[in-house]
Amino acid sequence: MTFLDQKKKKKTVGMMVLTGIISIGLYISLLSNQDILNANFAKGGMFAFLPIITAFIFSYFHGAFTGHFWTVLGVEASKKKKEVK
Amino acid sequence: MHDLAQAAANFINLDAITIIYLFLVGFVGGLVSGFIGSGGAFVLTPGMMSLGVPGLVAVASNMCHKFPKALVGAIKRAKYGQVDVKLGIALGISAEAGVLYGAHIQESIKKTFGDAGSNLYVSISFVVVLAVVGIFVLRDAWKTYKSGTINEDEKITKLARWVQSINIPGTMVYFKSLNARVSILFTIPLGFATGMLAATIAVGGFVGVPSMIYVLGAPSLMASATELVIAFVMGLGGSFKYALHGMVDIRLAMIILGGSLFGIQLGAMGTTYVKPFMIKVVMGVIMVIVLFSRGLMVPVYLSQLGLIQTLSDGTVKMLKATSFGIMIFALALGAFIVLRAMWQGRQAERLEHKESLAHAKA
Repeated sequence: MTFLDQKKKKKTVGMMVLTGIISIGLYISLLSNQDILNANFAKGGMFAFLPIITAFIFSYFHGAFTGHFWTVLGVEASKKKKEVK
Repeated sequence: MHDLAQAAANFINLDAITIIYLFLVGFVGGLVSGFIGSGGAFVLTPGMMSLGVPGLVAVASNMCHKFPKALVGAIKRAKYGQVDVKLGIALGISAEAGVLYGAHIQESIKKTFGDAGSNLYVSISFVVVLAVVGIFVLRDAWKTYKSGTINEDEKITKLARWVQSINIPGTMVYFKSLNARVSILFTIPLGFATGMLAATIAVGGFVGVPSMIYVLGAPSLMASATELVIAFVMGLGGSFKYALHGMVDIRLAMIILGGSLFGIQLGAMGTTYVKPFMIKVVMGVIMVIVLFSRGLMVPVYLSQLGLIQTLSDGTVKMLKATSFGIMIFALALGAFIVLRAMWQGRQAERLEHKESLAHAKA
C-alpha cells in the first residue's frame, strides 16, 4: 500500500467515525424525544417542514456514514470503468 | 383527512424488536432499490400496518423514508455516470401529478366502496400491471440470456426507435441517457402513469423503469438509476402533502431510512459489477412473485364486498399470512440475486487482476 493509499484510508476511517458519531447522536435524540416529536411533527400545516428537514439532515449524515462504512469494510464499486450505452 | 390527522397523533409505541424489524426490512428494501431503482415499499407499507400503524400513516412514513433514500442512491449512482437528471426531473414532475390524481381516485373508491373496495382496487392494479409488465420484462431477460448476447450492448426496441423518430416542434428535449431528442409529450404520460402506480401500489418504478427502457430506449442501468431521481421528486412532494395533514411518523421513517441507507449504497455498488440484463432479471422476478402474493388477496376482498361466497376467518387469516410471506420472499430473493451477482462480479474482477499481475511478472 502506498503512502497516498494509507493517507486516504486514514481519512475515510476518520470520516466514518465522525459521521457515525453524528448519526448515532441523531438516532439517540430521535428515540429519546419520541413524545415531543410525535406531538409536534403531527401538527400539520407549517409544521410539515419539520419531517422534511429532519429527513434531509439524517440522509446527509447517515448517508455519508454508510458510504464510508462500506468503503472501510473493503466493499467498493467495480474498478473497471463501465461505459453505459 | 382531518380525523385521520387526529388519529395520527396516536403513533404506535416502538420497542426494540419493532425497531430491529423495521431496520432490517429497510436494509433489504434499500438494497433492491439501489439496484433496480425501486422496490421495498410493497413490503414496508403492509409490514408497518401489521405492527398496528394506520394505513395512511404507513404510506406517509414510507414515502418520507423514500425520498432521502432515493437522493442518496441517485447521488451514488450519478458517480458511476448512470443518472440522467434531466429525464428524471421531467418524468418526476409529471409523476407528481400522477400521484395526486392516483390518490384522488383512491379516496373516491374508498368513499364509495369502503376499505374492502379500495383494497380490491389496489390488488387488481397490482395483478394486472405486474402480470403484463413483469412477464414482459422477465421474458425479455430470458431471451437475452438464451441468445447469448448478455455481454453485448442493449438494443433499443422498435417502439423506442419510433418514439425517438417523432419530431413535434417546440416539445423536443435532448436526453443523454437516450442520446436522442424526444418529445416531452411522450414523457408526460409515462411519468403520470408512474406516479399513478406509486399512489396505488406504492412502487411506481414497476412502470417507470420498464417504460424508460422499452418506450424511450434508455439502457437498463441508466433507467434504474434515473428512477431514483423520479422517486426523490415524487417522494418529496408526496411526503410534504402527507406532512401537511400530520400523517408522517418521523420515527418510523428514520428507522427504516437507517437500514435502507446501508442497503442502497450496497445495491448501487452492485450495479457496477453486473451485466445490464440483471436489472431486468431482478425486477421481473420480484414483479412476478409479488403478482401471486396480491392475487391471493383478491378472493378475500371479493368476499368482503359480498361478490363471492363469504370466506371463513381461518381462510382469510391463512391467505393474508401467505400473501405477506410471499411478498417478503420476493424481496429476499431479489436481495439474494443482487448480492450473489455482486459477489460473482467481485470474484471475477479479483481473478482477472491476479491473472494480469501474474502475466506482468512473467
